[in-house]
Amino acid sequence: MRSARFSRGFSDYQIKMAFIMPTMILLILMNIFPLLWSLYLSFHRYKASMPNRPAKFIGVQNYARLLTDPEIWGYFQTTAYFVVLAVITQFIIGFGLALLLNREFRYKGLVTTLILLPMMLSPVVVGLFWRFIFASDASGLVNYLLGPLFGGPIGWTTDPKIAMLAVVIVDTWMWSPFMMLISLAGLSAIPKYLYEAADVDRASRWFKFRWITLPLVSPLLLIALLFRTMDAFKMFDIVYVLTREGGPGIATETVSMNLYKLAFRNYNTGKACAMAYLLLIIIVALSNIYVKHLNKVRGEA
Amino acid sequence: MKKLACFFAILAFSVLIIATPSTNAQEKLTIAWAQWDPANYLDELSKDFTAETGIEVDLVQISWSHFQDQVFTAFVGKSDRYDIVIGDSQWLGRNSVGGHYVDLTDWINENIDVDSIYATAMEAFAEYPKGSGKYWALPAEVDANGFLYRTDLFEAENEKAAFKEKYGYELAPPKTYAELRDIAEFFTRPPNLYGVAPWYSKEYDGITMGFQQVMWSYGGSYGDPETFKVDGHINSDDVVKALEYYKSLKAFSPPDAPNYYWAETLDAYKAGKVAMAMDYFAFFPGVVSSDQNPNYYDKTGFFVSPAGPKGHAISIGGQGMSISAYSKNQEIAKQYLKWFMQKPVQEKWAQLGGFTPHEEVLQSEVFLNATPFNKAFAASFPYLQDFWAVPEYAELLEACQTGWNQVIIGSKSAKEALDDIARKHEAIFEDAGYYD
Repeated sequence: MRSARFSRGFSDYQIKMAFIMPTMILLILMNIFPLLWSLYLSFHRYKASMPNRPAKFIGVQNYARLLTDPEIWGYFQTTAYFVVLAVITQFIIGFGLALLLNREFRYKGLVTTLILLPMMLSPVVVGLFWRFIFASDASGLVNYLLGPLFGGPIGWTTDPKIAMLAVVIVDTWMWSPFMMLISLAGLSAIPKYLYEAADVDRASRWFKFRWITLPLVSPLLLIALLFRTMDAFKMFDIVYVLTREGGPGIATETVSMNLYKLAFRNYNTGKACAMAYLLLIIIVALSNIYVKHLNKVRGEA
Repeated sequence: MKKLACFFAILAFSVLIIATPSTNAQEKLTIAWAQWDPANYLDELSKDFTAETGIEVDLVQISWSHFQDQVFTAFVGKSDRYDIVIGDSQWLGRNSVGGHYVDLTDWINENIDVDSIYATAMEAFAEYPKGSGKYWALPAEVDANGFLYRTDLFEAENEKAAFKEKYGYELAPPKTYAELRDIAEFFTRPPNLYGVAPWYSKEYDGITMGFQQVMWSYGGSYGDPETFKVDGHINSDDVVKALEYYKSLKAFSPPDAPNYYWAETLDAYKAGKVAMAMDYFAFFPGVVSSDQNPNYYDKTGFFVSPAGPKGHAISIGGQGMSISAYSKNQEIAKQYLKWFMQKPVQEKWAQLGGFTPHEEVLQSEVFLNATPFNKAFAASFPYLQDFWAVPEYAELLEACQTGWNQVIIGSKSAKEALDDIARKHEAIFEDAGYYD
């Protein structure tokens, strides 16, 4: 009887479950459980470094403290400033590069690959070598070249007024190729006959760009912007390495940098969980705005 | 079906072979320490322990930037990865109260001649709470903040004459912070040479280790260690003056000085950018090595951190040896600690380049004459002081790091920053129940 059933094999349902279950179990263990556990901890006074002191329920105190702390708002402001500056710059440069590359020329493949290289590097490596490039004396390449023009070395990582610009430059160098890649995918998907029809009508370059290129590529541009905004909001690695933990002072201290200190330096686990949730809510809200706009654009298209 | 059975049999056999512990496995002790020269010396020294006992010692060197995170993450995960941790003095509070370090009080009292160890070292690296007589570690590497200087500049006749003419006294290694500033000013000749490289970095404990000794020497303090009251101590007029003094040195430092900690000051010195540099004594062996410092290895002198107008205090460096509460080899770890503290082993430790906490060895002629900087190190010993070692040290440290760095870069005045630090420190102590 048993062998007969074995020979018949598994039912469709059993096979489906066998395929789904490993993923489901992994998802629950690696994503859902930590998410729920950290939500639970965010309502407690708890330090992971003090396992012998049990978590104490304190209601929304962690959230209230964070939301009334002017320094935390300062970190959010710094992060927002970085996100706006970096994402807009990356968008302009990335889209510009895509427009330039969206034509046939010799060595196009090689040029595209070279432009994509920064994106493939580890952010820590990028932060480290830019640290040397931005060295605040003549040993830094940028100051060696620009120092004489500005009457002395520029404090790229030591001047609080300039440090954020240095972080934006590095992030832009690294991630503009991503914008370019997505834009290029969008541009190459636009049917050629639309441009040919516009040429027959003697449409200007601007007209073609405004009424053919932009509407058709914008859904993909929005997706690229969505990814970059979410990622920029979580900026950590470059700030950690390039400006040494968000310095000078707190000039480049982003929310993620502060969250890292709260969680892994101070081991203020409960408060860190609350802060992570605030960050999550903001990112989800921002993403929703993008997605709504994306749906609108798709509808129009 | 046969194939399937055969496959499972092979799989089960492989798992059995992998999972079965080797019966003749050698006993092994794993020590975690930061990646630096003293760890190499200890690695060398530990070979003697292996030769004597047959116990293998694996010294895991973790880069300084990840040292604390890696060790603490292992502790939080209750990992038995490390048997012995050679950790910073500030870690004592957190790791003893948190249950990560083994309480060694009884064992030390029975097995170690505590009187042979410098009392300052025992208090800083082993005892928590201070004065309680409860021990969680044994001092391993006792370090201090010191200075190195360019003898070719200090001994040049023309420089000496010019200095005397300008300042009215002889050019010599400074004994006070006022002299240090004069000399720093004198040698500041941008863009190729600057007077001094102090620690201003926001990273980990950089600016705190550099500035706190100035603060103490100007008559300031972090707070009352009995009541934990901070207001009126860390933001007193003395500390404001000390911080303003420390900031004034920036004018005589290279442009990238706000990022300087021990690695950067050492690099600046070796590159010939500065006449004087602040650093831990533990890094000085590299300065007198012709391989690591080809330009100035034979043109370098060393001096004790200067005194201030109201006293003389020096930041303590170095680490203590603790046993992880999650180690499965605690008895072997104790055996290693006992072996390490023996006088002949301490002598060899000092001979290899380690800074011994053993009083007799430290004061011996052999040690004092072993390197050009050992005398300055031994002379620094009576003045060593430490940061708070309470479990909340990381939060206290972060407030100091940010606040003091903000003063250096001009984002805040000394008074504003110190008032902020005082407020934050009291909030941290309040939160932790120190005022209950």
